[in-house]
Amino acid sequence: MASELIDKYMRPEHLPHIWCPGCGNGIIMRDVAQAIENLGLDHDKVVIVSGIGCSSRAAGYMDFNTIHTTHGRAIAFATGIKLANPELNVIVLAGDGDISAIGGNHLIHAARRNIGITVVVFNNNIYGMTGGQYSPTTPRGEKGTTAPYGNIDRSFDIAGLAYGAGASFAARGSVYHVQQTISYIQQGISHKGFSIIDVADICPTYYGRKNKKGSAVDMMKYQRDNAVMQDKAVTMTAEELKGKVVIGVLAQVNYPEFTKEYQKIIDRLGREAEERERS
Amino acid sequence: MAQKKLVLNSAWCKGCGICAAFCPKQVLAISGEKVAIVNQDACIFCGQCEQRCPDYAIYIEDNEEVGNQWVRPY
Repeated sequence: MASELIDKYMRPEHLPHIWCPGCGNGIIMRDVAQAIENLGLDHDKVVIVSGIGCSSRAAGYMDFNTIHTTHGRAIAFATGIKLANPELNVIVLAGDGDISAIGGNHLIHAARRNIGITVVVFNNNIYGMTGGQYSPTTPRGEKGTTAPYGNIDRSFDIAGLAYGAGASFAARGSVYHVQQTISYIQQGISHKGFSIIDVADICPTYYGRKNKKGSAVDMMKYQRDNAVMQDKAVTMTAEELKGKVVIGVLAQVNYPEFTKEYQKIIDRLGREAEERERS
Repeated sequence: MAQKKLVLNSAWCKGCGICAAFCPKQVLAISGEKVAIVNQDACIFCGQCEQRCPDYAIYIEDNEEVGNQWVRPY
């Protein structure tokens, strides 16, 4: 028994999922399904690729061509799939640790290459699956099992990092802002080039409990009350932005897309070989 | 005529309380470990619960009422 959307795009025999009560991953997974529904994409032309982590279980629940790969390598696999068949809509679902720690290099180089895949980051600021270790997106001063006195490092802004590395579409959403996030994912999938949607997730079980953030509801209310749109955020100072959740489209630029450029080289070399044979 | 209905799948509910917290009409409440529909008549079918339920346990069903398609009253 499930709604039409879930029946159409998920594998109900694998539901309910294993995520904790109040975990935001389910909300983001539904956002992705809704974005695909809104775009009217062909089921067989969508490939969902995931790595390792709580969020990466999503590949098992979504009813598309799915592949659950090794830790941090989701983008590497996705690059291969996209290059082999550029017609496919390749969507990578990954956690913050997966994509920005062990997979950080794949992220920046895929962004630099501007290959036409879409990355949706389930950014819950912690490693949930392994028991709450701090991740590259854990804010400075916040606690994790490996940072019992507070994390010293500053956190990564994943959307900003990808944009800096050359991604042509970067956006931030949150689990509270469902409609906006769906719209960003839609824009990301339609965009020709590398697109990344960094979604602020909630992890009440580890991040929330370790840092006394309250229940899942409290964490969502925090997102609601502290969200700032990107357009407004650029006019604010770093002091004012402290503790705020910035959402919106960070950047959208048109660069040549990798698979198209690659095809151009194949075509050119083919033509040159033909000319050589003729002469 | 379209007839909407609020459906609860208790088997999938984990009782996180997100739907009840964001329902603008207090239709839902947590009772025990799971959510319950306490005031069905107040529901305005806004879908706030459905889009934020992490477990897909609550949703709005849109039943197209199949009337007599062959006889038109006008």
